[in-house]
Amino acid sequence: MMGFIWFWLVAVMIVGYVVLDGFDLGVGVLHLFLVRTEAERRATLGSIGPVWDGNEVWLLAGGGTLYFAFPLLYASAFSGFYLPLMIVLWLLVLRGVSLELRNHIDVGVWRALLDGVFGLASALLAIFFGAALANVLRGVPLQADGYFFLPLWTNWQPGPSPGILDWYTVIGGLVALAALTLHGALWLTIKTSGDLAQRARRIVTPLWLIVVLLTVVSLVATIVVRPQSLDNYYSYPFTFVVPVGVVASLAAAWLFNRKMQPVKAFLSSCLYLFFMLAGACWGVYPTLLPATTGSDRDITLSRAISGPHTLAVGLVWWSFGMALAVAYIVFVYSRFKGKADASGH
Amino acid sequence: MNAELIHRLHFAFTVTFHYLFPQLTMGLALLIVVLKTVALRTGSAQWDRAARFWGRIFGINFVFGVVTGIPMEFEFGTNWARFSRLSGGVIGQPLAMEGVFSFFLESAFLGLFLYGEKRLSKVMHWFSAVMVFVGSWISGFFIIVTDAWMQHPVSYAQLPNGQFEVLSFWQLLLNPWALLQYAHNMTGAVVTASFVMAATGAFYLLDGRIHDYGRIFLKVGVISGVISTILIIFPTGDLHGKYVARNQPAAMAAMEGLFKTEAGADIVLMGQPNEETGLIDNPLVVNDALSFLIYGTTKAEVKGLDQFPHDQWPTALPLLYYAYHIMAGLGTWFVLLMIVAAFLLWRGKIYTVRWMLWLLLISFPLPYIANTAGWLTAEIGRQPWLIYGLMRTSEGYSNTVSASNGLFTLLGFMGLYALLGLLFTVLVYREISRGPEPKEVTAEALHAD
Repeated sequence: MMGFIWFWLVAVMIVGYVVLDGFDLGVGVLHLFLVRTEAERRATLGSIGPVWDGNEVWLLAGGGTLYFAFPLLYASAFSGFYLPLMIVLWLLVLRGVSLELRNHIDVGVWRALLDGVFGLASALLAIFFGAALANVLRGVPLQADGYFFLPLWTNWQPGPSPGILDWYTVIGGLVALAALTLHGALWLTIKTSGDLAQRARRIVTPLWLIVVLLTVVSLVATIVVRPQSLDNYYSYPFTFVVPVGVVASLAAAWLFNRKMQPVKAFLSSCLYLFFMLAGACWGVYPTLLPATTGSDRDITLSRAISGPHTLAVGLVWWSFGMALAVAYIVFVYSRFKGKADASGH
Repeated sequence: MNAELIHRLHFAFTVTFHYLFPQLTMGLALLIVVLKTVALRTGSAQWDRAARFWGRIFGINFVFGVVTGIPMEFEFGTNWARFSRLSGGVIGQPLAMEGVFSFFLESAFLGLFLYGEKRLSKVMHWFSAVMVFVGSWISGFFIIVTDAWMQHPVSYAQLPNGQFEVLSFWQLLLNPWALLQYAHNMTGAVVTASFVMAATGAFYLLDGRIHDYGRIFLKVGVISGVISTILIIFPTGDLHGKYVARNQPAAMAAMEGLFKTEAGADIVLMGQPNEETGLIDNPLVVNDALSFLIYGTTKAEVKGLDQFPHDQWPTALPLLYYAYHIMAGLGTWFVLLMIVAAFLLWRGKIYTVRWMLWLLLISFPLPYIANTAGWLTAEIGRQPWLIYGLMRTSEGYSNTVSASNGLFTLLGFMGLYALLGLLFTVLVYREISRGPEPKEVTAEALHAD
């Protein structure tokens, strides 16, 4: 029971991270293409200025939660994905610093360089996060002691000795890039005004078509690469509500955008991300990290879980702390409600 | 190549660089609350602008602290997998609590403090400053709790699969080691912030440009400086040192360079420990002082390294000894300097005494060195243990990550952080050059292009 609860609590943290940091990653990618003037750029970046570091806290809090609830998974996955994680860290550093720095620099060339770094780092992070999730779904070559080490790529095939990147995980990366860019575009339709908002609204449709296409491709690919992903769904047929939710939320995002209801469109996109991630989690549950070297080496919930007392105590402070955190977040977003102005703040 | 050494350096380098930023933000958060409180009570626009100025510097520091802090949490898993697998049930707890209780609070209210002044009432803006302070100090607490459990493990059980589990949550949080270390460390953060603020004030006065703010910064920096530099030695440093002596006697012996057990042990002020001869070369000592400092009597016996098997001696013994002596020596200098400065401030003379302004200005890097040396003392003193007495450092690193992969990413971090250090310096230099009342033309200049 504790295992079930903590599995889903960690999933909630991941969803929280993707939904929140997702839109500022998406804005990072988009601002390279969408923005024409410096004032527009300041409005665009100003729409994420007060919140991006808070959004990144979800990654830290989620990582910490994973660490104490499933130490074996944390130890195995983080050391096994060593190289891509280090790249992710460097990208996070570059991204945060370039965003902060550009507000202090008033030389056009340097600002353009920083904006480029910010956009590129945002895009690469989206791709890496998607590929990471795809790696978990595909499985990794776990040794008997629960550890592994993956090279960045091998033969680009998801066989028994895959790399971080193969055709399947690349699809995962592209899905994430497209979905988060769409998410960011919808955020901008809420937070900006005038020409810029118009352009954001118009770019939604092509992005949306790409997301639809990639979503279908990724679902099919997942079933091909790991047919067992469907087992849980067949055992509990009512859970097919999740893929239905994916389709419905995606359709709603497009419709609401068309009907000029940006908040609802953005929330639909949040739901889409939620359903995609929940669907993936349910596809592997109760495995946390499947082994390509034989299912007896899978890192399962019961194998990775912390001691019972740790988890019971954790549940008390976690619930209390997250309730507080949600209160601050609601408060901050309500204070910064409305359009971001061109002064950037 | 030695993988253990590479993984140690990896963590040591990234955490040392990281802590350059939080030590200022934690201390500065307190001083910003002081500035905002004065502004609120007196209605002074000048103190409000002073708070805004330090808010901008805080903001830059905070971002560098965040981006260099994220790698720290990852490295437990990436570089120290075997340690994390066994200890996650205990120290994963405070690490997760830091995120949940502190970072959400801190980032939410910092956003309000920096970006929301126009959208908030004066009292709410003051309140956001207080919450940023609370958040950053809670954050420090959970990190210290994590470290304290590794230094002095309390209230744990070991499960059949080898994992550690917490027995009492409150005993974990109220670990005496954690409380002492927290008091000492946070005082150290205030020392850094005080020196930085006083040095900025001294710079403005010496430069002769910004007199009014120079006086404010000097006053606040020197007052908080004299309080914090005294507190860091007595009682926080004194109590912490005594606790180390009782619970990690081998570490204390190495810190003091005490090779032989002595009744009435002398304290070495200067000298070089020689591991081969087991002696201090060129020593300058005070007779019996060590026994007095630890046990309150000059005749007490202090255990030397000869009492411990060689495989329990801290590795890198000279480094430990030097780090400790540098910390203690600088701490002494801080008190002397700040007491004289406070006297001049009280007499109302400090603003024109140029030699004192110069001393304050050039002393600002020293608290960074002292804080770093203090952490080196704590962590090298813990060696050869990763969890004191329970797990050796050689049993904790990720053995699936080869030494050359570790070296590659260590070099990557070094390069990236060199760039960060440069950018940080440029940014802070610009803010300080512009001063607390930047001309508003910049915003218009931006719109023009």
